[in-house]
Amino acid sequence: MTDTAGPDRVASAEQIGLSAREAAAIPAPDGARAAPRDTDSWAKKVDRLEVDPRAGVRGTNVAGRRLTGPVQGFGKMWQKTYRMNAGPAIAPEAAIATWKQHFPEFWPKGNRFAGALTGINPGDVALLDLAIGGGVKLSTGVFVLYADTESFTLMTPQGHMFAGWITFSAEREGDETMVQAQVLMRANDPIYEIGMTLGGHAKEDKFWAATLTALGQRLGLPEPKVDTKSTCVDSKRQWRHARNIWHNSAVRSVLQTIAAPVTGLARMLRHDKPGAKTAA
Amino acid sequence: MSAPAITMDVRLIGDQVAVVDIKGEVTAACEPVLMSAYEAAGGGKTSRLVLNFAGLEYMNSGGIGMLVTLLVRANRQRQELAAYGLSDHYREIFELTRLDEAITIYDNEESALNGATR
Repeated sequence: MTDTAGPDRVASAEQIGLSAREAAAIPAPDGARAAPRDTDSWAKKVDRLEVDPRAGVRGTNVAGRRLTGPVQGFGKMWQKTYRMNAGPAIAPEAAIATWKQHFPEFWPKGNRFAGALTGINPGDVALLDLAIGGGVKLSTGVFVLYADTESFTLMTPQGHMFAGWITFSAEREGDETMVQAQVLMRANDPIYEIGMTLGGHAKEDKFWAATLTALGQRLGLPEPKVDTKSTCVDSKRQWRHARNIWHNSAVRSVLQTIAAPVTGLARMLRHDKPGAKTAA
Repeated sequence: MSAPAITMDVRLIGDQVAVVDIKGEVTAACEPVLMSAYEAAGGGKTSRLVLNFAGLEYMNSGGIGMLVTLLVRANRQRQELAAYGLSDHYREIFELTRLDEAITIYDNEESALNGATR
């Protein structure tokens, strides 16, 4: 281990010929802890999500929800990794910049991602409509937990299919750039756990493989190939979190779909009343 | 994957508690270092593992994911996981990711060890 200079022996980084990165790695004297270089990459703390309406998505089941990580989920814990070789010509930063900028365009048909217009930045909340079959869209969202030039991470709210996060990253391995999406998750409640077991995992694998393939095509790869690896990190279910079912966005989305004509009519009638205020 | 810029030194406090002093960058790349430290800390033989983050210089989301896998391992052995030495910034990240609901955070080593022997 290296011996670092104490407060009475400190010389400036310039004096001892260090790069900015090396200088940043030197601990500050006691009481003067410097801000770490990841400060701007993390979202600021939020207790509950706040969202603005976005065009093209229903936008329900997100506002007021708390974030959920694998600690708060119900089902078995899985780590799933989807990897693609982007070849030698594309730098990791370029791959991630393209991914961030065009993220919604790479999603498989029938699914909508309505993020901030500025791209993917820490603290952003995106609204999602996901095709779950039978003409029903599951409305949920994701929170941008972390973003830097080589990776970004999305975290899910209560009611999402899974509690956890997805990290999108790119790094150099030898001469090649490897691009990957890695999911660390537990199904959020017993209904989702059953759904994941009965084809949900396979559907998710297909979803992210299709997303990476679309990214590969955008990056100009002739034949993008995606490798999938799933590992069960914890086979225990967390029964103390079975009550997460209350927030289940799939159940709520079905109910919202059924109730849509009635709520739409009620809204129209309210606006037709004499003296009623119309929405801006 | 690039070599991890981290060291983890293990101190055993009696038979039941181990402290891991983490210095450097916590990323997904340091998982082998953390797991070696876990084994050096007695694996599942101690009842509590205390992580000292006073030397933490950088952490990304991969690092948080790695702590979750350590947590699973500790839970499997019925061990408690505690932490201290977190700056306000990293404490906020633990709260944001709700990792603080599973890893108890203390202000200093003394309280972490007292908590450990309570």
